[in-house]
Amino acid sequence: MMEIGLNHYLVLSTILFAIGLVGVMRRKNLLMLFFATEILLNSVNISFAAISHYYGDLTGQMFAFFVIAIAASEVAVGLGLLIVWHKKHNNIDLDNMSSMRG
Amino acid sequence: MFEAIAFYLFAFLTIAMFYIAVSTSQALYALSALAAGMIFISAFFFILGADFLGAVQIVVYSGAVMALYAFGMMFFDTTREVKEKQGNKAIIIGLSSLAALMVVVIVAAPIVGNNIEALYPMTEGAGNTQEVGMVLFTKYLVPFEVAAVMLLVAMIAGIVLAGKKMDLSLTLMSDSELMIMKEEDKKVNL
Repeated sequence: MMEIGLNHYLVLSTILFAIGLVGVMRRKNLLMLFFATEILLNSVNISFAAISHYYGDLTGQMFAFFVIAIAASEVAVGLGLLIVWHKKHNNIDLDNMSSMRG
Repeated sequence: MFEAIAFYLFAFLTIAMFYIAVSTSQALYALSALAAGMIFISAFFFILGADFLGAVQIVVYSGAVMALYAFGMMFFDTTREVKEKQGNKAIIIGLSSLAALMVVVIVAAPIVGNNIEALYPMTEGAGNTQEVGMVLFTKYLVPFEVAAVMLLVAMIAGIVLAGKKMDLSLTLMSDSELMIMKEEDKKVNL
């Protein structure tokens, strides 16, 4: 119990991933959906860093860096699209974004 | 001992913050809780000896991403609540648990299967930042450059998407001017 091993971090990462997944599924607000996506990416980063530490390998940390870079660019593009949508339709409700439905 | 205390403390705090972030209906609460959760996550990186990653986490997430969200939220009416239609809760929880279980299996399978050999082992007598620099600028140089180009593309895309009509101040315009602008917008959108 007192010895923190790799499994502790993997379990924590899984819990956070589940929280983010619940957020992605139940949110109808596009901004909240972005928040949940950030949680997903962060939970994966924890497990990368933990594996990197417990195996003495730096590859995990490298992957975490690239995940952070991808998250940053996702936010920039996503928020830009969100602002354009809000200017055009005056809401950010996900249920209204069905114009591409066939 | 201290590691265990720190781990459980920050695990509890992170889970609580992220739970608030996904369950609250106020966008402002969600943003604050998310920013706090990001800072608490960097604590795990410091515990794990990944100092540089922890610093990057604080700078990029709590600094850049949260500031970006805060600025983005100023465009929206955050006091108005988006109606959250509740679907079938059992399906949502079941799917999430299944997906989380799959992630554990995927992560644990190679560890159980055979012991992983360190591809880029930690060097003796070098700090974490130094090690990261040595690996990043030798083995991962090409992905690093590609990530830089991707960030540039994302920056230009953000400016192009959000920067339209930034030269006009909506608060300083009179109502008639606003009406004219709205009708022009409608014509363009049609």
